[in-house]
Amino acid sequence: MLEGIFTLTILGLSLGLFLGLAARYLKVGADPIVEDITAMLPGSNCGQCGFAGCGQAAEAVAGGTASLDMCPPGGKSLVESLAARLGVDWDFSNSTASEPSVAFVEEATCIGCARCFKACPTDAIVGAPKQIHAVLNSACNGCRLCVDVCPTECLQMIEVQTTLENWRWHKPLPQLAQLRPVLARAQAA
Amino acid sequence: MIIPPSSPHIAGPNSVQTVMLMVLLALLPGTMSGIYQFGWPALFLFLITSASAVAFEATCLKIAGKPVSFFCMDLSALVTGWLLAMTLPPWAPWWIGVLGSFCAIVIGKHVFGGLGQNLFNPAMLARTILLVSFPLEMTTWIAPRPFGTPQSLDVSAGWSITANGIPNLDAVSSASVLGHVRTEIGMGHQLPDILVSMYDPVASAVGSISGSLGETSAVLFLLGGLFLMAKKIISWHIPVALLGSVAVLAAIFHLIDPLRYGDPLFHLLSGGLMLGAFFIATDPVTSPVSSMGKIVFGAGCGLLLFIIRNWGGYPEGMAFAVLLMNAATPLIDHYIKPRIYGHEGSAIGRYFRQLKRG
Amino acid sequence: MAGFPIRGGVHPEERKLTSDITIMRVPTPGRLILPLKQHIGAPAKPCRVPGEIVYKGALVARGQGNVSAHIHAPCSGYVEDIIDWPAPHPSGLPTKAMVVINDGREIREDVSVPVNPFYLRPEVIAERVAQSGVVGLGGATFPAAVKLTLGQSHRTPVLIINGCECEPYLTCDDRLMQERTQDVMGGISILAQALNGPETIIAIEENKPEAIRLMHKAAEKFGNIRVMPVPTRYPMGSEKQLIEFITGRQVPAGKLSADIGVMLHNIATAYAVNRAVREGKPLTTRIVTVAGEAIVRPGNYEIPLGMLISDLLEFCGLKEDPARIVMGGPMMGQAIPHAGIPVTKGCNGVLAMSAAEVARRVEHPCIRCGTCVDACPMGLSPLTMARLLMRDKLDAAVDIGLKDCILCGSCSFACPSGIPLAHYFNYGKGELVSRAQQKQKDDEIKRLILGRQVRMERQEKEREEAMARRKAEIAARKAAQAAAEQADKPMEVA
Repeated sequence: MLEGIFTLTILGLSLGLFLGLAARYLKVGADPIVEDITAMLPGSNCGQCGFAGCGQAAEAVAGGTASLDMCPPGGKSLVESLAARLGVDWDFSNSTASEPSVAFVEEATCIGCARCFKACPTDAIVGAPKQIHAVLNSACNGCRLCVDVCPTECLQMIEVQTTLENWRWHKPLPQLAQLRPVLARAQAA
Repeated sequence: MIIPPSSPHIAGPNSVQTVMLMVLLALLPGTMSGIYQFGWPALFLFLITSASAVAFEATCLKIAGKPVSFFCMDLSALVTGWLLAMTLPPWAPWWIGVLGSFCAIVIGKHVFGGLGQNLFNPAMLARTILLVSFPLEMTTWIAPRPFGTPQSLDVSAGWSITANGIPNLDAVSSASVLGHVRTEIGMGHQLPDILVSMYDPVASAVGSISGSLGETSAVLFLLGGLFLMAKKIISWHIPVALLGSVAVLAAIFHLIDPLRYGDPLFHLLSGGLMLGAFFIATDPVTSPVSSMGKIVFGAGCGLLLFIIRNWGGYPEGMAFAVLLMNAATPLIDHYIKPRIYGHEGSAIGRYFRQLKRG
Repeated sequence: MAGFPIRGGVHPEERKLTSDITIMRVPTPGRLILPLKQHIGAPAKPCRVPGEIVYKGALVARGQGNVSAHIHAPCSGYVEDIIDWPAPHPSGLPTKAMVVINDGREIREDVSVPVNPFYLRPEVIAERVAQSGVVGLGGATFPAAVKLTLGQSHRTPVLIINGCECEPYLTCDDRLMQERTQDVMGGISILAQALNGPETIIAIEENKPEAIRLMHKAAEKFGNIRVMPVPTRYPMGSEKQLIEFITGRQVPAGKLSADIGVMLHNIATAYAVNRAVREGKPLTTRIVTVAGEAIVRPGNYEIPLGMLISDLLEFCGLKEDPARIVMGGPMMGQAIPHAGIPVTKGCNGVLAMSAAEVARRVEHPCIRCGTCVDACPMGLSPLTMARLLMRDKLDAAVDIGLKDCILCGSCSFACPSGIPLAHYFNYGKGELVSRAQQKQKDDEIKRLILGRQVRMERQEKEREEAMARRKAEIAARKAAQAAAEQADKPMEVA
């Protein structure tokens, strides 16, 4: 009886001591994950994700309360790098991430108010007050901030056009999806 | 605009269907010879097993919502059922065949996700399940009773055996060579004495011995295997490594103690080694993909087979050897890959390349 | 001399049905469409304006930058316009192209012909090749002059002339070697001269015995040029595989063949170099094999660049509506969406394939047979790579060699399940390019955002400073005013 109590007490104490020491000496430092994610995000603070800015979005992603594809300007490549950083598996097949888009100025209705290029975080809109503005596609990350400030609705978001330079082979259809039309045709014949 | 398909615009001659068809064609002579040896019951069991395999395949496809006729046309279920029938005692009752097909197709294949997804060879998995569940039915061998000889049964007597089982077991049963050797060695007899009355290389080669359909004619299965190699359906790596490792091990142990261990020819001609080496271990789904991996796989099968035959609990170990190596296949595929062009590769590979270049 | 064995490969049915058909010149059509990018590198820049009269062989577009090539008019006539036209590409997306109207008078631009190319320094040969707009005519379309300059800057002891023509159907290089042996040999000797006389090996697949015989005879005159028959196996004509077969060495991953002292040029390129250097004629035509079951008169045709494939098919006759039109060979050629696409420098074959001829196999599940692993000349595991790409595991696919894939299509060809493996690798490689482009754009945008923030802060500071100055000024003024007022009304205070 006494023996048992003694043994278990010693065991409990030594294990407790061991765990206490382990907690102290093997402590994992704070994960700089939020900073890492902030660095990955575009940084234009456009608010399309529903957060006030990229910093808050990074915190939400790190905390698991925001989806990895919450950032339309970041697109697929951002989702990939976020998934890699967080070590999660991301299935693109049911992703709702939209196609990349850029701003486009309809010249007929532009009054040259210059509000858009003040709002643009990437200086992608060129022009001067009282002159028609234009968008540099290569610098536009599709944050939509200019669309919101335009008084004449001459600014629109358009899908990035497919050209020879950005055309890519599509992914082959999965086997069963390929099969269905073939079988349907065979049945009809 | 419709994007035309990616290159290449032509395709090679083989399809899954032709591959399976060739396998069936290669199995045909050995099967016919086996059925000839054991008469009507063997034919009935063979038909029941094959047909039920296809039926289970169709049912599973239906349940999974996959196009039934398209996938049944690939003939893979027929090959599985056929191979399973090859490994059953020819006079086993019908339910052994149906239950075996169920295990092979449902548990061995569709539970994993269907064709190409299974980890274990379905036919061998089924045979193993049957062997441990129904040891009596699965080890009741009979002596050959070829068609046209006085001992052969007529159709109705044959059907009665398949449908109701063998009436007077002791009168017909006959141990297989490997089983007999195992028992007698266990009783302390010496191998040459045992073999005198039991083993005749010519009989083993042509198949007039007791055993399952696939354990009879070693020569016909060897020819079928060579046909598959010639047609490039299977590569030489697995069969050569498997037969080679068995032969080498047998030779070594025979030299050490000829009174206990059989010679290489005895091992090569006995049991289901030929069927296993050419038709079962070479199952593409459950064997490694690289040539080097296939050699390792084949040699591993041979080693395990030899160990089980000589020191294991069962007289024949093809099914266990193949299943154990199946489990090792993902590991083999992970570690044994061809060297990529223009990359250094492993230290061992570099050494051999230097040797080759001189 | 026996070669060093190469890995993998397949044996497609050869179908070289046009190997006995003499090269035939196709009349120049009334209108030619010359895409400004017919080569690897930057597109050429037009140097003629619409309406300008051009003669045959006149420079119409100038190569831009380090890697580019000139484009010349294949006929006399005038430049009609510079327009967007479907590119020779599966997407058929538009590319800038020059439209040249043929006046049928065949007036040649004056050319200066050197006396003897063997008195020319290597750099001058490269310069002449560049002036003639010659690119790699085996299909790679890398500017030949750039390659020669590269070979001159590296030590290049081995020159391999690729006459393998390992693609099924194609016979244009075979015919070229048989019919214009001396010209081809002349080009080879010029290429050798341009590389300071390396050991030169002409590799020809064993299925072209007549070409081997003729080339061998022609090579006897030269001390350091010899013909080497190579086994008939696809993709023997691939640069990396051919180099390994001949030299026994592999081009290290991520390096060029020039890095191991080997240079490879195609037979047709050698022929074009001969014309360029010896006769001063720029590259305005090329020999194309027209074949496929839908063609009435298959053959080897000398075709002016810029001729529409629809015109060419009309000239050769169509038995039926082709199920697929392919530019190049059936293994690596690109299918094009319609025939309204011009023949360009890199087009060595035009195949109009019937429905029965094209591989249209329904895909089966992978049975892990390993046929693709055996077929891969690069030692990759196509099935594993494709499985990863199906699940968009791009990084994992790169780890097991996606970047090493040469897209030869051997795996797709051999696969009994009909899995479009090469299509998956096309997809994966495209995603890699997209990713790199996106990364570049992201970095650029980050830089812009940062720049803007810095500017905004500076402006803010400047505004604050200005405000502070103004405040100070106002305060000073007020103080001065107050002082003045005080000075004005001293009595009141007192």
